[in-house]
Formats: sequence, structure tokens, C-alpha cells
Amino acid sequence: MSLTSPWRTDFPGILALEAEGQTYLDSAATAQKPQAMLDALLGYYAGGAANVHRAQHLPGERATRAFEATREKVAQWLNAGDSEQIVFTRSATEAFNLLAYGLENEFQAGDELVISALEHHANLLPWQQLALRRGLKLVVLPLDSSGLIDLNQAVQLIGPRTKLLALSQLSNVLGCWQPLSQLLALGRAQGALTVVDGTQGVVHGRHDLQALGCDFYICSSHKLYGPDGVGLLYGRAEALQRLKHWQFGGEMLLHTDFYNASFRAAPLGFEAGTPPIAAVIALGASLDYLAGLDACAVAAHESTLHNKLLAGLSLRPGVRLLGDPRVALASFVVEGVHNADLAQLLTEQGIAVRAGHHCAMPLLHSLGLSGAIRVSLGLYNDSADLERFFAALDRALELLQ
Amino acid sequence: MSLPVNAQQALSAFNQCPGWEQRARLLMQWGERLEPLSEAERGEANRVHGCESRVWLVAERQGQCWQFRAASEARLLRGLLALLLARVNGVPNEELAQLDLPAWFSQLGLERQLSPSRSNGLQAVLVRMQQLIQAPAQGSTSH
Repeated sequence: MSLTSPWRTDFPGILALEAEGQTYLDSAATAQKPQAMLDALLGYYAGGAANVHRAQHLPGERATRAFEATREKVAQWLNAGDSEQIVFTRSATEAFNLLAYGLENEFQAGDELVISALEHHANLLPWQQLALRRGLKLVVLPLDSSGLIDLNQAVQLIGPRTKLLALSQLSNVLGCWQPLSQLLALGRAQGALTVVDGTQGVVHGRHDLQALGCDFYICSSHKLYGPDGVGLLYGRAEALQRLKHWQFGGEMLLHTDFYNASFRAAPLGFEAGTPPIAAVIALGASLDYLAGLDACAVAAHESTLHNKLLAGLSLRPGVRLLGDPRVALASFVVEGVHNADLAQLLTEQGIAVRAGHHCAMPLLHSLGLSGAIRVSLGLYNDSADLERFFAALDRALELLQ
Repeated sequence: MSLPVNAQQALSAFNQCPGWEQRARLLMQWGERLEPLSEAERGEANRVHGCESRVWLVAERQGQCWQFRAASEARLLRGLLALLLARVNGVPNEELAQLDLPAWFSQLGLERQLSPSRSNGLQAVLVRMQQLIQAPAQGSTSH
């Protein structure tokens, strides 16, 4: 039975790609944007650009209001409590680096930072490098056979020396929700700071950060149907106070002379320099658009489509899934076929999927793989996209097997 | 500059081959022509990094010419490597340095295989080849 997306026509990009013969199944890398976001981006520039937080003049005031309105919308979207707990960065990666530098003084040689075996490089390398700078120990929580962080082993590995726990909510390779509430509780019990990588998770369903109870939550705009160039860092008020300033420059200070300065608290103290004004304003439009959708209908659509994806893959002999994907995406390899060959033949047929190590090299290596193909879904995808993908997959495998 | 015989053969085969499917088959057939590398040759010293699949490139100087051999785990890349070797092997040194290899892949209708977003590694192989011929002391020599 065919499944159409009632939201597809809201996304000019997916329609343009379709007209070009491209089937876009790479939304976990970046999502297409709704018309409302494009309108907001054009509206800001066409209506007169101005810098934020600096000028008394009308255009500056208008830009600042619109910019700060997005902070409110993000806070509501995540149930953050207060918009002052939302810091805009230039990417999720920058937000992780902000934490790794801003928290550096919290740690002493021999302290342990705990991550998991499925982390994206963005939630691995800042901690790995911090550990090397400070003589800390990086502890990696192993996964069980279905791709979940192994709770029994986590209980053993999270201990009194654990000072920070940084974990992904939803793996960008394995597509399964991690048992965060239990894991965060283990970290809290040891007095560790807790960081959640919500880059994939935030795109699927609504998350209540006050209920989740982490100290920090990081995600990016561009996967959440917003523009690129904006990352989001949520912090619990007490946790934000522990951050040391890390980038210095315009507007993040209270007072300076030539030799000394004092700095603003979060969020502005962590937004040095001119921020991505247009992109932040346009993210507000994406959130308005998303807030106007029937959340249950979106979840049901994504779930039905995901089941079709899994069912189709399970019918193909030799296809092996990575982990036990539950939402949004599926990564797979095919026995006897190199993923680079398969990727190339899918590309030849206009199928836009991701191939390779998915910025999680250690995870792929631990699975004994050099790479995999990942199909990922957005709310605008429909069953015709999957049919085109499977037809292309069959033709590619016919050539390669 | 005249084309080596193998390159002429490749050019006529690929130019007669319009669809992506036939071209993929042809690429894989060319890949079968690669002379296999020994276990020792498929070592770290000959590894070309920056490719999705593992790729090795071996250069040997034979008189006035460089002679290259290559291997990859991926079948389509093996085909691309075979087409590269068909163009460069047997070409005198001074000509080799002047060769426009991206243009060669364009002639074959395979220019997209060299686009910057491709991670198949053909680009990395071309860079490595340049390094090898510019630093002859590091290449092994026969004769």
C-alpha cells in the first residue's frame, strides 16, 4: 500500500531534487527545509539586515527581537524552562568544543570522562583531546548485540572517578534510542556532569529536557529542518555557571580595559562575535512550522515508513542490518559486496544515501566493518522514495553479486 | 602525445557504451585486468589513504618510464585504477609529468568519479602518483 507524505509539498528542496531525478534519503546528514524557513531567511535580508544586541536603531531592535524570539521558541520546543539556558553556537560540533574547553578546569589528572562506543566523532574527539591535554582517562561504554549501551557494564564502569558522562540519545548509525534515563541516573549518582548528544534524537518526537535531567543537551538546527550554521546548547542553570568563557570578542563582555575584562553570563557570554542572525531567525520559522504539525501524524508516518524500509531490506538476501534500528534510519551492508561499490551504483541511479563510516569510525571498526550504507528518512519522504531506492538496490546487487 | 594501445582500446570501449549499467559492467571487466599485488606489496608503505576502500599503489621505474601497479578492495575502483594504469604505463617520464589525467577520465565519460565530494579515492590515487614521480628516490627501482 502506498504511503504519501502530506507535508512533502511544504519542502521545495525535496520537490526540486525529485524533479532532477534524485531520491533524497540522507536526512540524518542534513534535512530539506520548509518554505516557511526560506521565506523567513529572505524576509530578514530583504527587509533590512542589522546586527543584534548592539544598536539602538529600529532595524537593530527588530533583528534582536526576532533573534531572541527564536531563543524562546527553542526553549519551548525543548521544555528548557528558561530561554537564558539556550546558547546559540555555529554548529553542534562547536557546542561540544565549547563544553570541552569551558569545563576543562573542572577536571584533574586521573579523572574519568565516560562516553559510549557509538558516539559520533563530534562527541568523541573534543573529550579525547581534553583527556590528552589534562591527563584524564577516557572510558568507553560498550554496546550489547542490539546496539544499545550495555547497562550492566555501564554500572561497573561509571564510578566515583567519573566526572563527566557524554552520551548520544539516538545513534546516527544504529538508529535506536539509548536507555538514557538509567545511564544519566548512574552518572548523577556519582556527581558527574551529564551531556546528551541530541543531534539525531531532537528530530524525532519532542523531548522534555527538564524531565530528562541532563546538565547539557546539544543539537543542530540543520537536521531539524532549519538552516545550517546554528548549533544549540542547552544547559541547566547551575551547570551553565560552571562553564569558563572560551571564545573572546565582541558582545560577550561586561567591561574591559586594555589588560583585564569581565564577562557576561550565559547565554550571551558564550556568543562572542556576530552570531548567525539570519539563520537563527529562520530556525524560529522552522520551529513554528513544526509546532503547527500534528505530532502524532508525523510520528505515525515516520514509523510506518521506517517499517517499510526494514521490511524491504529484510527481503533482500545477503543484507545485514547494523544493530536493531527502531527509528528514522537503517544502516546495512551486503555480504560479498563492498559498500563503496554499492554506493557508487546507487549514486548512478540518483539515490542519495550515505555511505562510509558515518563519522563514527571506532564504532564501524568495532563491528568489523570499514563502512556501511545508511538510508535515513525525513517527514517528507514517502513510499515512492523507498520503491525507487529498492529498485535501484536490486539493479545494483544484480550487477555486483 | 600518442595514446598507449591499452588507452586507445579503453577509449573506444567506453565511448561506445552509453548507459550506466553497461559502463559499470565494463568498469568491472577492466578491473579484472589488474595484475594482483603480493601480500607484501599490499602493505602500509603502498597504501593510499583517503579512499573508502583500501587502495595500494606500487611504482617501479623501468628505464625511461614509470610502471605502476595498483589494487583495491572495491570492484568499480579497480576498474578506474585499470583505466588510469592504461593511460600512464609505458609513457616516457617527461610526458607523464605533463599528462592531464582528469582530462583522460573526462574523455572516458567518467569525470564525475573525480568530483570533490566523491570519496572513492581516485583523486587521492592521482595525488599519490604525482608524489611518487616527483620524488623518484622513494620509489623502488628495477634495472
